[in-house]
Amino acid sequence: MKIHEYQAKALLAQYGVPVPRGEVVYSPEEAGAAAKKIGGSVVVKAQIHAGGRGKGGGIKVAANTGEATEIAKKMLGMRLVTHQTGPEGRVVQRVLIEETLPIERELYLGVVLDRAQGKTVFMASAAGGVDIEEVAAKTPDLILKETIEPGMGLAAYQARELAFGMGLAGPAMNGAVAAMAALAKAYEGIDASLAEINPFIVTRDGKVLALDAKINLDDNALYRHKDLLELRDLNEEDPLEVEASRFGLNYIKLDGTVGCMVNGAGLAMATMDIIQYAGGNPANFLDVGGGASADQIKNAFRILLSDANVKAVLINIFGGILRCDTLATGVVAAARELNVKVPVVVRMEGTNVELGRQILMDSGLNFTVADGMRDAAEKVVRLAQ
Amino acid sequence: MSVLVDQNTRVLFQGFTGREASFHARQCIAYGTRVVGGVVPGKGGTAHMDLPVFNTVQQAAEATGANASAIFVPPAFAADAVMEAADAGLGVVVCITEGIPTIDMIRAWRFLQGKSTRLIGPNCPGIISPGKCKIGIMPGHIHKPGAVGVVSRSGTLTYEAVHQLTQLGVGQSTCIGIGGDPIIGTNFIDAIRLFNEDPATEAIVMIGEIGGTAEEQAAVYVKEHVRKPVVGFVAGQTAPPGRRMGHAGAIISGGSGKASDKIAAMRAAGIVVCDTPAVIGETVKRLIG
Repeated sequence: MKIHEYQAKALLAQYGVPVPRGEVVYSPEEAGAAAKKIGGSVVVKAQIHAGGRGKGGGIKVAANTGEATEIAKKMLGMRLVTHQTGPEGRVVQRVLIEETLPIERELYLGVVLDRAQGKTVFMASAAGGVDIEEVAAKTPDLILKETIEPGMGLAAYQARELAFGMGLAGPAMNGAVAAMAALAKAYEGIDASLAEINPFIVTRDGKVLALDAKINLDDNALYRHKDLLELRDLNEEDPLEVEASRFGLNYIKLDGTVGCMVNGAGLAMATMDIIQYAGGNPANFLDVGGGASADQIKNAFRILLSDANVKAVLINIFGGILRCDTLATGVVAAARELNVKVPVVVRMEGTNVELGRQILMDSGLNFTVADGMRDAAEKVVRLAQ
Repeated sequence: MSVLVDQNTRVLFQGFTGREASFHARQCIAYGTRVVGGVVPGKGGTAHMDLPVFNTVQQAAEATGANASAIFVPPAFAADAVMEAADAGLGVVVCITEGIPTIDMIRAWRFLQGKSTRLIGPNCPGIISPGKCKIGIMPGHIHKPGAVGVVSRSGTLTYEAVHQLTQLGVGQSTCIGIGGDPIIGTNFIDAIRLFNEDPATEAIVMIGEIGGTAEEQAAVYVKEHVRKPVVGFVAGQTAPPGRRMGHAGAIISGGSGKASDKIAAMRAAGIVVCDTPAVIGETVKRLIG
C-alpha cells in the first residue's frame, strides 16, 4: 500500500526522524491559515501517490500567506501529470504546507529488501535530490549500502560508516546517525516494503531533516497495523481495482481491448503475453484465484466488462482442483445474468473438461471454446478486431 | 529417481484440522503420499482423518518418524511454523501459506541458515515426484513419472506446462513450485542444482516471472554447471512497471525485474526460452528427442 508524503513524514517523526514543520490542508483558506501559523515563506506541495511532482508544477514556494493561498487555490483540483502518473495524471485533493529551510546539501537515504540476500538493506548517497535510479545506473559507486542483520536493526557503526561515507562531520554527522537509526527502526516497526528520504538535507546551521519521504507498506502485514490501514487513499487508486479487491479478485487495468479472466497470477501474466504475441493487446490483468467461486466469476465478469475498451473476453482457467463443469456452470450463469454481448472465448483444462465444454456449447450463448492457449489467444484476438 | 521427496517421505500436516489442510491432505493421501499425522497446538492427543494430532512438531516427529511437513497455517503464524519444523529437524518443509509478512520471512530465513532443513515456498503449490509423493495443492492426475525436472515461481502456469508435457507423453522426475514471494526457501539455483545432480533427470524446465533477479542468477549457474538441456519461460512480458502482478514478488521496480532482461540472460546461458507458454511442452520434447 502506498501512502502520501505527509503521512510518511508523520510516521517517520514518530520514530525520531526530524521533519520540517508543516500541515496538510484541503482548501485554499486552510492553506493560508497553515502558512500564517508556520510564518515566513512556505512550500506548497501537492499530495499524490507519484514522484516527479516538482517538474509537473506540483511543488511551489510561496513568499507569504497570500501567495500560499493563491498557489493552493490553483493546485487543489488540478490534474497533475508526472512521468509516474501516466498521461491521465492525478487530481490533487490535498496539499502540504511546509516551512522553507536553508539547504546546504541534499543527500539520499533508503531502506528496502535485498531479495538476493533475504535481508533488509540500508542505502545512503551523497548524490541526493535527483532521480536515485539514474544515480544507481550511471554511478553505482555513489550508493553506499549496509545490510541489516535480522532482528538487530541498523548498528551504530553502520550508520557512522554511511554518514562518514557521505562526507558528513560535526553536528550534521551526529544528527544523521540518529536519523538513520530512526529510519531503520521505522521501516521495521511499520512493516514497510520501501522507505525513502530523498532529499535528506543538511541545513546551513548543521541540522538534518527529511525534506521528502516515500513509504510503501507491506500489504501482507497490514493486518497487524490497523492504524496504518486508515492511511489508504482510495482516490489514488483505480475505482475498478478497488471494486475488484472487495471480491478477493486481483485486477489491474491496462490499455488493450482483450479482457482476460484467469486463475493464478503466473498464468494470468502468461495469458496477457500470449495475447500480445497473437497480435492483440490485453485490457487487464485479472487473477480470480485458485478456488474461484460462482460469485467471484460473476463479479470478475462484471468488472472486466465495465471497461468500455473491452471488445472480446478470454477466460483461461486451469482447473486443477476446481472442476471444469463447476466453472462452466458459473460462467454461463454470469453471462446470462449480466447479459454479456461481447464474444467470449473459453479455454479450460483439467478435471471434467469435456463436461464443462458441453455445458458451454449447450448454453446457446456466444461462447467460443478453444483448445489450448495458442488457439485461445488467436481466436480472441480475431474476435476483438 | 526424483529429488527431495519420494515413496519413503513421511509427511506431517501443520495446521492439519483446517478446511484447506484437510482437503489437500485427503488429496495427497489419495495420490499415495505417506501422511503420518498432523500438528495443531492445543489439539494434541486427538485424531483427525484417522491420523494422530500433536501439539508440537517435535512430538509429532518423534512419534511418527516424519521427515517432511506441509504448512497450511494462517499467514500470521506461518513463519513461526517454518521455524518450528526446522528446529524439529525435518528435512523438507513445504509452506503453502500465502500472505506472510516479509519481515517475518526475513527472520525465518535467517533462522534456517546453517540448518539442514530445505524450505520450499512460501506461497507455492508444493512439490511432487509423480507416482511417488505429492506434498502440496497441485492436481496429481496431470503428472506422469518421467525424466524432466520442473521448477517454477507460479502455480497454475506450472500445471499448464506439466499438462503439456504429459499430453505429449513426456513424464517428470520432480516438479517444484518455489513460490511467488520475495523471500523463498528454495530458489531456482537450488532446484536446478538438484536436478543437475539427479541421474534420472534428463532435462530441466524453469518457469520464471517478472520481479527480482533470480532468473538472471540461475542463468549464470546454468551456464557454468549445467550440461542437461534447459527450457525456460518468463511470464509478464507485457506487465507494466511499478504494478504488482498478483504475487508479492512479481513487480518491476527500479529498472530491474523486467522479463526482457531475464530472457536475454537465460538465452545467453544457452537456455531455450519459449516465446509463449503454449510451446513449453513441444520444445522440451524436441530437445530430448
